[in-house]
Amino acid sequence: MADPHIAVIEDLSFAYDRRPVLHGIGLKIPRGKVVAVMGQSGCGKTTLLRIIAAALMPTRGRARVLGRDTGTLDRDGLYALRRRMGMLFQFGALFTDMSVFDNVAFQMREHTNLPEDAIRDLVLLKLEAVGLRGAAQRMPGELSGGMARRVALARAIALDPQLILYDEPFTGLDPIALGVIARLVRQLNDSLGATSIIVTHDVAETLPLVDYVYFMAEGRVIAEGTADQVRRSGVAFVEQFVSGAIDGPVPFHYPAAGYEADLGFAAGA
Amino acid sequence: MNRSAIDLWVGVFVAIGLGALLFLALKVGNLASFSTAQTYQVEARFSNIGGLKVRAPVKSAGVVVGRVAQIRFDNESYEAVAVLTVDSSYKFPRDTSAKILTSGLLGEQYIGLEAGADARMLAGGERMRITQSAVVLENLISQFFFNKAAEGGDAKSAK
Amino acid sequence: MLVALRAALIRLGAAVTVGVWRLGYGARFFVYLIVHSGTAFRRFRLTMREIYFAGVLSLIIILVSGLFVGMVLALQGYETLQRYGSSEALGVLVALSLVRELGPVVAGLLFASRAGSAITAEIGLMKATEQLSAMEMMAVDPVARVVAPRFWGGVISMPVLAALFSAMGIFGGYLVGVVLIGVDEGAFWSQMQAAVDVRNDILNGVIKSVVFGVAVTLIAVFEGYDAPPTAEGVSGATTRTVVTSSLAILALDFVLTALMFTGGA
Ligand SMILES: Nc1ncnc2c1ncn2[C@@H]1O[C@H](COP(=O)(O)OP(=O)(O)OP(=O)(O)O)[C@@H](O)[C@H]1O
Ligand SMILES: [Mg+2]
Repeated sequence: MADPHIAVIEDLSFAYDRRPVLHGIGLKIPRGKVVAVMGQSGCGKTTLLRIIAAALMPTRGRARVLGRDTGTLDRDGLYALRRRMGMLFQFGALFTDMSVFDNVAFQMREHTNLPEDAIRDLVLLKLEAVGLRGAAQRMPGELSGGMARRVALARAIALDPQLILYDEPFTGLDPIALGVIARLVRQLNDSLGATSIIVTHDVAETLPLVDYVYFMAEGRVIAEGTADQVRRSGVAFVEQFVSGAIDGPVPFHYPAAGYEADLGFAAGA
Repeated sequence: MNRSAIDLWVGVFVAIGLGALLFLALKVGNLASFSTAQTYQVEARFSNIGGLKVRAPVKSAGVVVGRVAQIRFDNESYEAVAVLTVDSSYKFPRDTSAKILTSGLLGEQYIGLEAGADARMLAGGERMRITQSAVVLENLISQFFFNKAAEGGDAKSAK
Repeated sequence: MLVALRAALIRLGAAVTVGVWRLGYGARFFVYLIVHSGTAFRRFRLTMREIYFAGVLSLIIILVSGLFVGMVLALQGYETLQRYGSSEALGVLVALSLVRELGPVVAGLLFASRAGSAITAEIGLMKATEQLSAMEMMAVDPVARVVAPRFWGGVISMPVLAALFSAMGIFGGYLVGVVLIGVDEGAFWSQMQAAVDVRNDILNGVIKSVVFGVAVTLIAVFEGYDAPPTAEGVSGATTRTVVTSSLAILALDFVLTALMFTGGA
């Protein structure tokens, strides 16, 4: 446990079938910190998170998470590793055949022998933290998108994990809920002694919250540093992201052939 | 749907399922009439059993009194040996005869018992002495033609 | 000409390869599923829930279809039998047809389209909405927690449904034969009892229904688990479940009948 980093990723590349998504990524996540991974849509953030969670295996390079090299683990090793992690999915992924209460209680029932009234107290505590104790008996289909996200958050932290992975925790929240959840993420991290990795687009809300930031573009890390360093770095890309300008080094369009060519004008000439 | 309602329904489901199986076994099948009743076994030998099958009924005066339990071939006497299971509540004299009969013209074959007059009754493991084999249709027909031919021959030679 | 032949051969080869590959994959899935079925029995409440969805909710359709099939059998059977003066054998005809063949087969086909398709759609949708990945991320094996209880729920429900179908069908035959047409009641039941054997007919029928239950539910959970995580993927998998399991029932029925009822005595 002397290792100051809870997750280390070295020279990692990944491809879905033949399509390369990540190229030579290197990350170091220090223990006890909140680290953000930012980048435009489709640059491979969710993919990176899945590799850290050992749901995908790197095509090249290594991912050491909680002291284990994910590529070398068997099924039992993977499950033991995952019991020490919590993950908030980008689209919630609540179990639609269970009530909100049972969703949050799921891991407690699966992995512990706690009596039902202890589970009840714990679940209500977690739901209270995300402000949805009143919705405990509702089904996921009866929640709004933002509420579902908050329930998923309560579920991700149900067993007080050591490493919490958040995939877009702030999208779909109103400003009040967003502020509450942002503070909650920080609080959870500090009070549980956990480490958090947040994947997000939301620069303005995230920067004040986090200890360290990685910027990604097209499957590569292009900038990193503390929040202040990033703000002052002057890298054009980061400037554009922080200010939200359309023009800049980050292209808005997914790579494609020329628009005229696609519309057939070039050929018609 | 809460838990106890699901439990209740699944309980009802399994119970009526077992009920249906019981109905099939007792009312549709013939489990009840045999496994419970006391029986004794007797043997009968036939030179030809025709299409008699194991589990075929054994009837006396048209009433089912037992079933064929086993059919085998005796390699010494070159006869078929049928073992009959008879309900203990029915007793038959020792000189009872066993015939292989057919229900209807083409129906299934069964064994008919015709009671004799002996004072001693058949006991388990004994053998019925008087038997009559199955009527085999092919034999009957060929016999018929043979007789016809013979008659024809006689008539001609008489001329 | 040659090009078309070549293309046809390539298609044939691809179809065979994919078919064999899926068969092997399905077999491995089956073994994995059986090995990880502990949860389904240790926490039987999970399986109980699935018996409710696969079995209890199929009751109405099974009972009503069974009744009608039995009534039609009696009507048609009577027409034929009375021509040969043996209308008392109506009970035998109805009971043997149902217990040996129609009970397991028709109940199996209904089960495939009512419960099998629902199982595929549910598992497929859970996969498409990342619920299975989420479970995996919580160190809970979705095969043990989601697939196995559904599998065993279906396997337990199917023989019960088939028995109910047969019993209901015989009752329907009784209604039409005895109550409506007026076949002698005593002859109806006694001939039936004389001809239907508990081991040879009823037990074999139950064995058939168990085999069909395993086949249909296995196909249903496999198609759901293997479905592409999209709307078309799930709908295609649901259709495949119904088609494949219906064919499997008919083919297995032929094999089982050949093994069970033609071996003599
Ligand atoms: N299952 C998959 N199979 C093939 N390609 C995929 C798959 N999932 C994602 N991709 C591709 O990988 C790339 C990165 O996807 P990823 O989901 O990691 O992006 P992201 O950074 O999380 O984007 P967003 O911010 O929109 O969520 C995309 O180009 C996407 O098309
Ligand atoms: Mg994403």
